[in-house]
Amino acid sequence: MNTLFEYLVRLGDDSLILGHRLSEWCGHGPILEEDIAMTNIALDLVGQATSILKYAGEVEGKGRSEDDIAFLRYEREYKNALLVEQPNDDFGVTMMRQFLFDAFRKPLFEQLTQSSDEQLAAIAEKSLKETKYHLKHSAEWVIRLGDGTDESHDRVQSALNDLWRYTDELFFTDEVDADLEAKGIIFSSEELKASWSEMVKNVLNQATLTIPDNGWQHDGGRRGLHSEHLGYILAELQYMQRAYPGMEW
Amino acid sequence: MAELNIQELERRFQEKIDNDIRIEPNDWMPERYRQTLIRQISQHAHSEIVGMLPEGNWITRAPNLRRKAVLLAKVQDEAGHGLYLYSATETLGADREETIDDLHSGKAKYSSIFNYPTLSWADMGAVGWLVDGAAIMNQVPLCRCSYGPYARAMVRVCKEESFHQRQGFEIMMKLAAGSEEQKAMAQDALNRFWWPALMMFGPPDADSKHTAQSMAWKIKRNTNDELRQQMVDITVPQAEMIGLTIPDPDLKWNEEKGGYDFGEIDWDEFWNVVKGNGPCNKERVEARRKAKENGEWVREAANAYAAKQKMKKAS
Ligand SMILES: [Fe+2]
Ligand SMILES: [Fe+2]
Ligand SMILES: [Fe+2]
Repeated sequence: MNTLFEYLVRLGDDSLILGHRLSEWCGHGPILEEDIAMTNIALDLVGQATSILKYAGEVEGKGRSEDDIAFLRYEREYKNALLVEQPNDDFGVTMMRQFLFDAFRKPLFEQLTQSSDEQLAAIAEKSLKETKYHLKHSAEWVIRLGDGTDESHDRVQSALNDLWRYTDELFFTDEVDADLEAKGIIFSSEELKASWSEMVKNVLNQATLTIPDNGWQHDGGRRGLHSEHLGYILAELQYMQRAYPGMEW
Repeated sequence: MAELNIQELERRFQEKIDNDIRIEPNDWMPERYRQTLIRQISQHAHSEIVGMLPEGNWITRAPNLRRKAVLLAKVQDEAGHGLYLYSATETLGADREETIDDLHSGKAKYSSIFNYPTLSWADMGAVGWLVDGAAIMNQVPLCRCSYGPYARAMVRVCKEESFHQRQGFEIMMKLAAGSEEQKAMAQDALNRFWWPALMMFGPPDADSKHTAQSMAWKIKRNTNDELRQQMVDITVPQAEMIGLTIPDPDLKWNEEKGGYDFGEIDWDEFWNVVKGNGPCNKERVEARRKAKENGEWVREAANAYAAKQKMKKAS
Protein backbone atom coordinates (compact mmCIF):
# COMPACT_ATOMS: atom_id res chain seq x y z
CA MET A 1 0.00 0.00 0.00
CA ASN A 2 1.15 3.54 -0.79
CA THR A 3 0.79 4.92 2.72
CA LEU A 4 1.45 8.54 1.82
CA PHE A 5 -1.25 8.44 -0.84
CA GLU A 6 -3.68 6.91 1.62
CA TYR A 7 -2.88 9.53 4.25
CA LEU A 8 -3.26 12.42 1.81
CA VAL A 9 -6.64 11.13 0.71
CA ARG A 10 -7.83 11.01 4.32
CA LEU A 11 -6.56 14.54 4.90
CA GLY A 12 -7.93 15.88 1.62
CA ASP A 13 -11.31 14.23 1.97
CA ASP A 14 -11.87 15.89 5.35
CA SER A 15 -11.46 19.28 3.66
CA LEU A 16 -13.49 18.32 0.62
CA ILE A 17 -16.51 16.96 2.46
CA LEU A 18 -16.63 19.63 5.15
CA GLY A 19 -16.25 22.30 2.45
CA HIS A 20 -19.22 20.75 0.70
CA ARG A 21 -21.32 20.78 3.84
CA LEU A 22 -20.50 24.42 4.60
CA SER A 23 -21.28 25.53 1.08
CA GLU A 24 -24.79 24.14 1.52
CA TRP A 25 -25.35 27.13 3.84
CA CYS A 26 -24.63 29.65 1.12
CA GLY A 27 -27.44 32.20 1.04
CA HIS A 28 -29.21 30.73 4.07
CA GLY A 29 -27.01 31.88 6.96
CA PRO A 30 -28.51 33.34 10.17
CA ILE A 31 -26.88 36.72 9.50
CA LEU A 32 -25.21 38.15 6.45
CA GLU A 33 -21.82 38.26 8.16
CA GLU A 34 -22.07 34.50 8.72
CA ASP A 35 -22.99 33.88 5.11
CA ILE A 36 -19.73 35.57 4.28
CA ALA A 37 -17.72 33.75 6.96
CA MET A 38 -19.06 30.28 6.17
CA THR A 39 -18.56 30.76 2.44
CA ASN A 40 -15.06 31.94 3.14
CA ILE A 41 -14.25 28.88 5.24
CA ALA A 42 -15.78 26.61 2.60
CA LEU A 43 -13.57 28.29 0.04
CA ASP A 44 -10.46 27.67 2.15
CA LEU A 45 -11.44 24.03 2.59
CA VAL A 46 -12.02 23.52 -1.13
CA GLY A 47 -8.62 25.12 -1.72
CA GLN A 48 -7.00 22.74 0.76
CA ALA A 49 -8.72 19.76 -0.83
CA THR A 50 -7.42 20.90 -4.20
CA SER A 51 -3.77 21.11 -3.17
CA ILE A 52 -3.84 17.97 -1.02
CA LEU A 53 -5.59 15.78 -3.61
CA LYS A 54 -3.40 17.14 -6.38
CA TYR A 55 -0.38 16.04 -4.40
CA ALA A 56 -2.06 12.70 -3.67
CA GLY A 57 -2.38 12.18 -7.44
CA GLU A 58 1.31 12.93 -7.93
CA VAL A 59 2.29 10.58 -5.12
CA GLU A 60 0.11 7.84 -6.57
CA GLY A 61 1.73 8.25 -9.96
CA LYS A 62 -1.17 6.93 -12.03
CA GLY A 63 -1.89 10.20 -13.78
CA ARG A 64 -5.00 11.06 -11.76
CA SER A 65 -5.69 14.76 -11.30
CA GLU A 66 -7.16 16.35 -8.17
CA ASP A 67 -10.52 16.41 -9.94
CA ASP A 68 -10.33 12.73 -10.86
CA ILE A 69 -9.73 11.91 -7.22
CA ALA A 70 -12.29 14.34 -5.83
CA PHE A 71 -15.12 13.45 -8.21
CA LEU A 72 -14.58 9.98 -9.58
CA ARG A 73 -14.22 7.56 -6.70
CA TYR A 74 -16.83 5.21 -5.31
CA GLU A 75 -18.25 5.72 -1.87
CA ARG A 76 -16.00 3.19 -0.12
CA GLU A 77 -12.92 4.97 -1.47
CA TYR A 78 -13.66 8.24 0.37
CA LYS A 79 -11.68 8.38 3.62
CA ASN A 80 -12.99 11.42 5.48
CA ALA A 81 -13.86 11.22 9.16
CA LEU A 82 -17.54 10.62 9.90
CA LEU A 83 -17.75 13.94 11.75
CA VAL A 84 -17.42 16.08 8.62
CA GLU A 85 -20.19 14.34 6.70
CA GLN A 86 -22.79 14.88 9.43
CA PRO A 87 -25.65 17.12 8.27
CA ASN A 88 -25.62 20.87 8.92
CA ASP A 89 -28.85 20.81 10.87
CA ASP A 90 -29.06 24.19 12.67
CA PHE A 91 -26.31 26.76 13.02
CA GLY A 92 -25.42 25.38 16.46
CA VAL A 93 -24.71 21.92 15.07
CA THR A 94 -22.72 23.41 12.19
CA MET A 95 -20.57 25.52 14.50
CA MET A 96 -20.04 22.71 17.00
CA ARG A 97 -19.01 20.33 14.21
CA GLN A 98 -16.67 23.01 12.90
CA PHE A 99 -15.16 23.71 16.30
CA LEU A 100 -14.51 20.04 17.12
CA PHE A 101 -12.86 19.70 13.71
CA ASP A 102 -10.86 22.95 13.76
CA ALA A 103 -9.53 22.15 17.23
CA PHE A 104 -8.11 18.95 15.69
CA ARG A 105 -6.81 20.47 12.48
CA LYS A 106 -4.89 23.33 14.04
CA PRO A 107 -2.48 21.18 16.07
CA LEU A 108 -2.38 18.69 13.20
CA PHE A 109 -1.19 21.31 10.72
CA GLU A 110 1.22 22.65 13.34
CA GLN A 111 2.77 19.19 13.51
CA LEU A 112 2.79 18.74 9.75
CA THR A 113 4.72 21.97 9.14
CA GLN A 114 7.63 19.91 10.57
CA SER A 115 7.06 17.01 8.19
CA SER A 116 10.07 15.46 6.46
CA ASP A 117 7.93 15.59 3.32
CA GLU A 118 8.50 19.11 2.03
CA GLN A 119 5.40 19.29 -0.07
CA LEU A 120 3.19 18.23 2.82
CA ALA A 121 4.95 20.70 5.11
CA ALA A 122 4.26 23.51 2.63
CA ILE A 123 0.59 22.58 2.36
CA ALA A 124 0.37 22.48 6.16
CA GLU A 125 2.00 25.89 6.46
CA LYS A 126 -0.61 27.52 4.26
CA SER A 127 -3.52 25.57 5.73
CA LEU A 128 -2.45 26.39 9.27
CA LYS A 129 -2.92 30.11 8.68
CA GLU A 130 -6.44 29.48 7.45
CA THR A 131 -7.25 27.00 10.20
CA LYS A 132 -6.25 29.41 12.95
CA TYR A 133 -8.86 31.81 11.67
CA HIS A 134 -11.46 29.03 11.33
CA LEU A 135 -10.84 27.90 14.90
CA LYS A 136 -11.08 31.42 16.28
CA HIS A 137 -14.38 31.85 14.48
CA SER A 138 -15.95 28.54 15.50
CA ALA A 139 -14.71 28.71 19.11
CA GLU A 140 -16.15 32.20 19.49
CA TRP A 141 -19.51 31.00 18.25
CA VAL A 142 -19.53 27.96 20.51
CA ILE A 143 -18.88 30.26 23.46
CA ARG A 144 -21.46 32.81 22.36
CA LEU A 145 -24.14 30.20 21.81
CA GLY A 146 -23.29 28.21 24.92
CA ASP A 147 -23.30 31.27 27.14
CA GLY A 148 -26.02 33.16 25.24
CA THR A 149 -29.69 32.43 25.93
CA ASP A 150 -31.26 29.31 27.46
CA GLU A 151 -32.41 28.26 24.04
CA SER A 152 -29.02 28.64 22.41
CA HIS A 153 -27.38 26.86 25.34
CA ASP A 154 -29.73 23.88 24.97
CA ARG A 155 -29.33 23.73 21.23
CA VAL A 156 -25.57 23.78 21.25
CA GLN A 157 -25.38 21.37 24.19
CA SER A 158 -27.52 18.92 22.27
CA ALA A 159 -25.26 19.43 19.22
CA LEU A 160 -22.30 18.52 21.39
CA ASN A 161 -24.10 15.45 22.75
CA ASP A 162 -24.83 14.26 19.23
CA LEU A 163 -21.44 14.96 17.71
CA TRP A 164 -19.23 13.82 20.56
CA ARG A 165 -19.41 10.20 19.39
CA TYR A 166 -17.52 11.12 16.22
CA THR A 167 -14.56 12.83 17.88
CA ASP A 168 -12.33 9.87 18.76
CA GLU A 169 -12.17 8.94 15.13
CA LEU A 170 -10.21 12.12 14.44
CA PHE A 171 -7.31 10.41 16.23
CA PHE A 172 -7.72 7.05 14.52
CA THR A 173 -4.45 5.45 13.55
CA ASP A 174 -3.53 2.26 11.73
CA GLU A 175 -0.55 0.89 9.81
CA VAL A 176 -0.68 3.91 7.46
CA ASP A 177 0.08 6.28 10.31
CA ALA A 178 2.63 3.96 11.88
CA ASP A 179 4.58 3.78 8.64
CA LEU A 180 4.55 7.54 8.05
CA GLU A 181 5.41 8.31 11.64
CA ALA A 182 8.45 6.06 11.40
CA LYS A 183 9.54 8.12 8.37
CA GLY A 184 9.07 11.44 10.13
CA ILE A 185 6.33 12.44 7.70
CA ILE A 186 3.64 12.67 10.36
CA PHE A 187 3.77 12.77 14.16
CA SER A 188 2.26 11.36 17.31
CA SER A 189 -1.49 11.17 17.40
CA GLU A 190 -1.42 11.08 21.22
CA GLU A 191 0.13 14.53 21.34
CA LEU A 192 -2.47 15.68 18.92
CA LYS A 193 -5.25 14.36 21.07
CA ALA A 194 -3.76 16.02 24.13
CA SER A 195 -3.73 19.46 22.46
CA TRP A 196 -7.23 18.89 21.14
CA SER A 197 -8.59 17.87 24.55
CA GLU A 198 -7.09 20.88 26.21
CA MET A 199 -8.52 23.29 23.65
CA VAL A 200 -11.92 21.62 23.69
CA LYS A 201 -12.17 21.56 27.49
CA ASN A 202 -11.14 25.17 27.72
CA VAL A 203 -13.65 26.42 25.14
CA LEU A 204 -16.53 24.24 26.33
CA ASN A 205 -15.87 25.43 29.82
CA GLN A 206 -16.11 29.07 28.76
CA ALA A 207 -19.24 28.15 26.86
CA THR A 208 -20.75 26.63 30.04
CA LEU A 209 -21.22 23.34 28.17
CA THR A 210 -20.75 19.83 29.53
CA ILE A 211 -18.92 17.02 27.79
CA PRO A 212 -21.36 14.10 27.54
CA ASP A 213 -20.46 10.93 29.38
CA ASN A 214 -21.73 8.81 26.51
CA GLY A 215 -18.64 6.68 26.01
CA TRP A 216 -19.43 5.01 22.70
CA GLN A 217 -17.35 6.23 19.75
CA HIS A 218 -17.91 5.49 16.09
CA ASP A 219 -15.30 4.99 13.45
CA GLY A 220 -15.01 3.62 9.94
CA GLY A 221 -14.53 6.74 7.84
CA ARG A 222 -10.78 6.27 7.51
CA ARG A 223 -11.41 2.80 6.09
CA GLY A 224 -14.18 4.01 3.77
CA LEU A 225 -17.06 2.82 5.90
CA HIS A 226 -19.42 5.80 6.11
CA SER A 227 -22.79 6.90 7.41
CA GLU A 228 -25.74 7.00 5.02
CA HIS A 229 -25.18 10.73 4.55
CA LEU A 230 -22.11 10.42 2.38
CA GLY A 231 -23.92 8.82 -0.54
CA TYR A 232 -26.15 11.86 -0.95
CA ILE A 233 -23.22 14.24 -0.71
CA LEU A 234 -21.51 12.31 -3.49
CA ALA A 235 -24.65 12.24 -5.61
CA GLU A 236 -24.50 16.05 -5.70
CA LEU A 237 -20.76 16.44 -5.75
CA GLN A 238 -20.29 14.01 -8.62
CA TYR A 239 -23.42 14.81 -10.61
CA MET A 240 -21.78 16.71 -13.47
CA GLN A 241 -18.78 14.41 -13.78
CA ARG A 242 -21.01 11.34 -13.84
CA ALA A 243 -23.64 12.80 -16.19
CA TYR A 244 -21.08 14.16 -18.66
CA PRO A 245 -18.10 11.83 -18.42
CA GLY A 246 -14.72 12.93 -19.68
CA MET A 247 -15.60 16.53 -20.47
CA GLU A 248 -13.74 19.68 -19.58
CA TRP A 249 -15.32 22.59 -17.80
CA MET B 1 -39.77 81.89 7.09
CA ALA B 2 -39.15 78.15 7.37
CA GLU B 3 -40.58 77.80 3.88
CA LEU B 4 -38.03 80.24 2.52
CA ASN B 5 -35.25 78.43 4.30
CA ILE B 6 -36.19 75.15 2.70
CA GLN B 7 -36.27 76.76 -0.70
CA GLU B 8 -32.84 78.21 -0.09
CA LEU B 9 -31.54 74.86 1.15
CA GLU B 10 -32.95 73.13 -1.90
CA ARG B 11 -31.37 75.69 -4.17
CA ARG B 12 -27.97 75.20 -2.58
CA PHE B 13 -28.39 71.47 -2.72
CA GLN B 14 -29.17 71.51 -6.43
CA GLU B 15 -26.25 73.87 -6.99
CA LYS B 16 -23.90 71.33 -5.40
CA ILE B 17 -25.36 68.61 -7.57
CA ASP B 18 -24.99 70.72 -10.69
CA ASN B 19 -21.36 71.39 -9.80
CA ASP B 20 -20.73 67.68 -9.22
CA ILE B 21 -20.05 68.13 -5.52
CA ARG B 22 -20.80 64.93 -3.63
CA ILE B 23 -23.54 64.84 -1.04
CA GLU B 24 -22.38 63.28 2.22
CA PRO B 25 -24.47 61.73 5.04
CA ASN B 26 -24.44 64.82 7.26
CA ASP B 27 -25.27 67.28 4.50
CA TRP B 28 -28.76 68.66 4.20
CA MET B 29 -30.77 66.87 1.50
CA PRO B 30 -34.39 66.98 0.36
CA GLU B 31 -36.50 64.27 1.92
CA ARG B 32 -37.46 62.92 -1.50
CA TYR B 33 -33.79 62.60 -2.45
CA ARG B 34 -33.18 60.64 0.75
CA GLN B 35 -36.20 58.41 0.16
CA THR B 36 -35.28 57.80 -3.48
CA LEU B 37 -31.79 56.75 -2.47
CA ILE B 38 -32.99 54.51 0.34
CA ARG B 39 -35.37 52.82 -2.07
CA GLN B 40 -32.75 52.39 -4.79
CA ILE B 41 -29.85 51.32 -2.57
CA SER B 42 -31.92 48.89 -0.53
CA GLN B 43 -33.33 47.36 -3.73
CA HIS B 44 -29.79 47.00 -4.90
CA ALA B 45 -28.74 45.40 -1.59
CA HIS B 46 -31.67 42.97 -1.74
CA SER B 47 -30.71 42.05 -5.30
CA GLU B 48 -27.20 41.15 -4.19
CA ILE B 49 -28.52 38.94 -1.41
CA VAL B 50 -31.35 37.28 -3.31
CA GLY B 51 -28.88 36.92 -6.18
CA MET B 52 -26.83 34.54 -4.03
CA LEU B 53 -29.58 31.95 -4.24
CA PRO B 54 -29.69 31.02 -7.94
CA GLU B 55 -25.90 30.67 -7.99
CA GLY B 56 -25.67 29.11 -4.56
CA ASN B 57 -27.90 26.47 -6.12
CA TRP B 58 -24.95 25.09 -8.13
CA ILE B 59 -22.00 25.31 -5.74
CA THR B 60 -22.38 21.76 -4.45
CA ARG B 61 -22.76 20.52 -8.06
CA ALA B 62 -19.96 22.51 -9.70
CA PRO B 63 -18.19 20.27 -12.22
CA ASN B 64 -14.64 20.61 -10.88
CA LEU B 65 -12.74 22.03 -7.93
CA ARG B 66 -11.57 25.17 -9.68
CA ARG B 67 -15.07 26.13 -10.83
CA LYS B 68 -16.41 25.37 -7.37
CA ALA B 69 -13.86 27.69 -5.77
CA VAL B 70 -14.51 30.49 -8.26
CA LEU B 71 -18.26 30.22 -7.78
CA LEU B 72 -17.91 30.24 -3.99
CA ALA B 73 -15.71 33.32 -4.22
CA LYS B 74 -18.23 35.04 -6.46
CA VAL B 75 -21.20 34.32 -4.25
CA GLN B 76 -19.20 35.45 -1.24
CA ASP B 77 -18.52 38.75 -3.03
CA GLU B 78 -22.25 39.21 -3.58
CA ALA B 79 -22.86 38.85 0.16
CA GLY B 80 -20.16 41.48 0.70
CA HIS B 81 -21.88 43.80 -1.78
CA GLY B 82 -25.13 43.36 0.09
CA LEU B 83 -23.38 44.25 3.31
CA TYR B 84 -21.82 47.51 2.04
CA LEU B 85 -25.07 48.51 0.43
CA TYR B 86 -27.09 47.93 3.59
CA SER B 87 -24.47 50.05 5.37
CA ALA B 88 -24.94 52.77 2.76
CA THR B 89 -28.70 52.79 3.46
CA GLU B 90 -27.90 53.15 7.16
CA THR B 91 -25.96 56.35 6.43
CA LEU B 92 -29.31 57.69 5.20
CA GLY B 93 -31.04 56.76 8.44
CA ALA B 94 -32.60 53.47 7.31
CA ASP B 95 -32.58 50.46 9.61
CA ARG B 96 -31.05 47.31 8.12
CA GLU B 97 -33.44 44.86 9.75
CA GLU B 98 -36.51 46.91 8.84
CA THR B 99 -35.26 47.18 5.27
CA ILE B 100 -34.86 43.40 5.18
CA ASP B 101 -38.34 42.90 6.61
CA ASP B 102 -39.69 44.96 3.72
CA LEU B 103 -38.11 42.48 1.35
CA HIS B 104 -39.70 39.58 3.17
CA SER B 105 -43.15 41.16 3.25
CA GLY B 106 -42.96 41.82 -0.49
CA LYS B 107 -43.02 45.60 -0.01
CA ALA B 108 -39.46 46.06 -1.29
CA LYS B 109 -38.40 44.83 -4.71
CA TYR B 110 -35.19 43.29 -5.99
CA SER B 111 -33.92 42.63 -9.47
CA SER B 112 -36.44 40.41 -11.25
CA ILE B 113 -33.75 38.42 -12.99
CA PHE B 114 -33.24 36.40 -9.81
CA ASN B 115 -36.76 35.06 -10.09
CA TYR B 116 -35.64 32.86 -12.95
CA PRO B 117 -34.37 29.38 -12.08
CA THR B 118 -30.83 28.10 -12.70
CA LEU B 119 -31.42 24.77 -14.40
CA SER B 120 -28.02 23.72 -15.64
CA TRP B 121 -24.34 24.37 -15.05
CA ALA B 122 -24.36 26.60 -18.13
CA ASP B 123 -26.66 28.95 -16.24
CA MET B 124 -23.67 29.81 -14.04
CA GLY B 125 -22.01 30.97 -17.23
CA ALA B 126 -25.04 32.86 -18.51
CA VAL B 127 -25.66 34.55 -15.17
CA GLY B 128 -22.08 35.74 -14.82
CA TRP B 129 -21.79 36.83 -18.41
CA LEU B 130 -25.19 38.50 -18.85
CA VAL B 131 -26.50 39.31 -15.39
CA ASP B 132 -23.25 40.53 -13.88
CA GLY B 133 -22.52 42.08 -17.28
CA ALA B 134 -25.76 44.06 -17.13
CA ALA B 135 -25.09 44.90 -13.48
CA ILE B 136 -21.74 46.44 -14.44
CA MET B 137 -23.38 48.52 -17.12
CA ASN B 138 -25.91 49.77 -14.59
CA GLN B 139 -23.33 50.32 -11.89
CA VAL B 140 -20.36 51.93 -13.63
CA PRO B 141 -22.28 55.21 -13.98
CA LEU B 142 -23.29 54.89 -10.31
CA CYS B 143 -19.63 55.31 -9.35
CA ARG B 144 -20.31 58.97 -10.20
CA CYS B 145 -23.61 59.07 -8.30
CA SER B 146 -24.17 62.31 -6.38
CA TYR B 147 -24.44 60.51 -3.03
CA GLY B 148 -20.91 59.88 -1.72
CA PRO B 149 -21.30 56.60 0.22
CA TYR B 150 -23.20 54.97 -2.65
CA ALA B 151 -20.71 56.14 -5.25
CA ARG B 152 -17.79 54.84 -3.19
CA ALA B 153 -19.47 51.49 -2.55
CA MET B 154 -20.01 51.18 -6.30
CA VAL B 155 -16.33 51.70 -7.11
CA ARG B 156 -15.46 48.70 -4.98
CA VAL B 157 -18.41 46.64 -6.20
CA CYS B 158 -17.69 47.29 -9.88
CA LYS B 159 -14.16 45.92 -9.62
CA GLU B 160 -15.55 42.64 -8.33
CA GLU B 161 -18.42 42.59 -10.81
CA SER B 162 -15.99 42.61 -13.68
CA PHE B 163 -14.34 39.47 -12.29
CA HIS B 164 -17.83 37.94 -12.06
CA GLN B 165 -18.61 38.81 -15.64
CA ARG B 166 -15.33 37.33 -16.85
CA GLN B 167 -15.72 34.07 -14.95
CA GLY B 168 -19.21 33.70 -16.45
CA PHE B 169 -18.03 34.39 -19.96
CA GLU B 170 -15.18 31.96 -19.46
CA ILE B 171 -17.64 29.22 -18.46
CA MET B 172 -19.68 29.91 -21.61
CA MET B 173 -16.60 29.98 -23.80
CA LYS B 174 -15.46 26.64 -22.50
CA LEU B 175 -18.91 25.09 -23.02
CA ALA B 176 -19.31 26.57 -26.48
CA ALA B 177 -15.97 25.01 -27.46
CA GLY B 178 -16.89 21.68 -25.87
CA SER B 179 -18.98 18.65 -26.78
CA GLU B 180 -22.37 18.75 -28.48
CA GLU B 181 -24.08 18.40 -25.09
CA GLN B 182 -22.05 21.27 -23.69
CA LYS B 183 -22.81 23.54 -26.64
CA ALA B 184 -26.49 22.76 -26.40
CA MET B 185 -26.41 23.48 -22.67
CA ALA B 186 -24.75 26.85 -23.29
CA GLN B 187 -27.17 27.83 -26.07
CA ASP B 188 -30.16 26.85 -23.94
CA ALA B 189 -28.89 29.01 -21.08
CA LEU B 190 -28.41 31.97 -23.41
CA ASN B 191 -31.90 31.46 -24.81
CA ARG B 192 -33.44 31.54 -21.36
CA PHE B 193 -31.40 34.43 -19.91
CA TRP B 194 -31.10 36.81 -22.88
CA TRP B 195 -34.44 38.57 -22.65
CA PRO B 196 -34.63 38.69 -18.85
CA ALA B 197 -31.11 40.20 -18.88
CA LEU B 198 -32.27 42.98 -21.21
CA MET B 199 -35.22 43.59 -18.89
CA MET B 200 -32.75 44.25 -16.06
CA PHE B 201 -32.37 47.85 -17.23
CA GLY B 202 -35.98 48.52 -16.34
CA PRO B 203 -38.99 49.66 -18.36
CA PRO B 204 -38.57 51.72 -21.52
CA ASP B 205 -37.75 55.39 -20.88
CA ALA B 206 -41.25 56.45 -21.82
CA ASP B 207 -42.70 54.35 -18.97
CA SER B 208 -40.00 54.88 -16.37
CA LYS B 209 -41.52 56.99 -13.63
CA HIS B 210 -38.32 57.69 -11.67
CA THR B 211 -35.83 58.40 -14.43
CA ALA B 212 -36.22 62.15 -14.96
CA GLN B 213 -35.94 63.15 -11.30
CA SER B 214 -33.11 60.69 -10.66
CA MET B 215 -31.18 62.12 -13.57
CA ALA B 216 -31.67 65.69 -12.36
CA TRP B 217 -30.29 64.61 -8.97
CA LYS B 218 -27.44 62.75 -10.67
CA ILE B 219 -28.39 59.54 -8.91
CA LYS B 220 -28.78 58.13 -12.38
CA ARG B 221 -26.57 59.15 -15.28
CA ASN B 222 -28.07 57.27 -18.23
CA THR B 223 -31.58 56.28 -19.19
CA ASN B 224 -32.75 52.67 -19.17
CA ASP B 225 -32.88 52.49 -22.95
CA GLU B 226 -29.39 53.93 -23.37
CA LEU B 227 -27.94 51.30 -21.06
CA ARG B 228 -29.92 48.52 -22.72
CA GLN B 229 -28.60 49.53 -26.13
CA GLN B 230 -25.06 49.53 -24.75
CA MET B 231 -25.59 46.01 -23.36
CA VAL B 232 -26.80 44.68 -26.70
CA ASP B 233 -23.96 46.34 -28.60
CA ILE B 234 -21.31 44.88 -26.31
CA THR B 235 -22.79 41.41 -25.93
CA VAL B 236 -23.71 40.49 -29.49
CA PRO B 237 -20.10 40.37 -30.75
CA GLN B 238 -19.13 38.33 -27.67
CA ALA B 239 -21.78 35.74 -28.49
CA GLU B 240 -20.62 35.65 -32.10
CA MET B 241 -17.03 35.21 -31.02
CA ILE B 242 -17.81 32.02 -29.12
CA GLY B 243 -20.29 30.73 -31.67
CA LEU B 244 -23.57 31.14 -29.79
CA THR B 245 -26.73 32.60 -31.30
CA ILE B 246 -28.64 35.47 -29.69
CA PRO B 247 -32.29 34.31 -29.59
CA ASP B 248 -33.65 37.34 -31.47
CA PRO B 249 -34.65 37.02 -35.14
CA ASP B 250 -34.96 40.81 -35.41
CA LEU B 251 -31.41 41.51 -34.32
CA LYS B 252 -29.66 43.52 -37.03
CA TRP B 253 -26.71 45.89 -37.24
CA ASN B 254 -27.83 49.44 -37.95
CA GLU B 255 -25.00 51.27 -39.67
CA GLU B 256 -26.66 54.65 -39.28
CA LYS B 257 -26.99 54.55 -35.49
CA GLY B 258 -23.79 52.54 -35.06
CA GLY B 259 -25.59 49.98 -32.95
CA TYR B 260 -27.87 46.98 -33.19
CA ASP B 261 -31.59 47.10 -33.72
CA PHE B 262 -33.25 44.43 -31.65
CA GLY B 263 -36.64 42.83 -31.21
CA GLU B 264 -39.52 43.85 -29.02
CA ILE B 265 -39.12 42.99 -25.33
CA ASP B 266 -42.08 41.19 -23.77
CA TRP B 267 -42.95 43.81 -21.14
CA ASP B 268 -45.98 41.81 -20.04
CA GLU B 269 -43.59 39.13 -18.86
CA PHE B 270 -41.50 41.76 -17.10
CA TRP B 271 -44.42 43.28 -15.19
CA ASN B 272 -45.77 39.85 -14.42
CA VAL B 273 -42.50 38.83 -12.78
CA VAL B 274 -42.28 42.17 -10.94
CA LYS B 275 -45.77 41.50 -9.58
CA GLY B 276 -44.57 38.23 -8.10
CA ASN B 277 -45.51 35.71 -10.76
CA GLY B 278 -42.05 34.73 -11.96
CA PRO B 279 -41.00 31.09 -11.78
CA CYS B 280 -39.11 31.53 -8.48
CA ASN B 281 -40.45 34.67 -6.75
CA LYS B 282 -42.09 32.67 -4.02
CA GLU B 283 -39.08 30.41 -3.41
CA ARG B 284 -36.58 33.27 -3.32
CA VAL B 285 -38.42 35.37 -0.76
CA GLU B 286 -39.32 32.27 1.22
CA ALA B 287 -35.66 31.21 1.38
CA ARG B 288 -34.61 34.61 2.68
CA ARG B 289 -37.48 34.76 5.16
CA LYS B 290 -36.61 31.31 6.48
CA ALA B 291 -32.94 32.23 6.82
CA LYS B 292 -33.93 35.15 9.01
CA GLU B 293 -36.45 33.12 10.99
CA ASN B 294 -34.05 30.22 11.57
CA GLY B 295 -31.37 32.67 12.57
CA GLU B 296 -33.46 34.44 15.16
CA TRP B 297 -32.22 32.36 18.11
CA VAL B 298 -28.63 32.85 16.93
CA ARG B 299 -28.96 36.63 16.85
CA GLU B 300 -30.68 36.62 20.24
CA ALA B 301 -27.86 34.52 21.67
CA ALA B 302 -25.21 36.82 20.24
CA ASN B 303 -26.95 39.84 21.75
CA ALA B 304 -27.43 38.16 25.12
CA TYR B 305 -23.79 37.11 25.18
CA ALA B 306 -22.60 40.61 24.27
CA ALA B 307 -24.77 42.09 27.01
CA LYS B 308 -23.34 39.66 29.59
CA GLN B 309 -19.79 40.53 28.55
CA LYS B 310 -20.54 44.22 28.87
CA MET B 311 -21.93 43.69 32.38
CA LYS B 312 -18.85 41.71 33.36
CA LYS B 313 -16.58 44.46 32.13
CA ALA B 314 -18.54 47.12 33.97
CA SER B 315 -18.46 45.28 37.32
FE1 LIG C 1 -22.76 42.07 -6.78
FE1 LIG D 1 -24.87 44.55 -8.09
FE1 LIG E 1 -21.73 39.96 -9.23
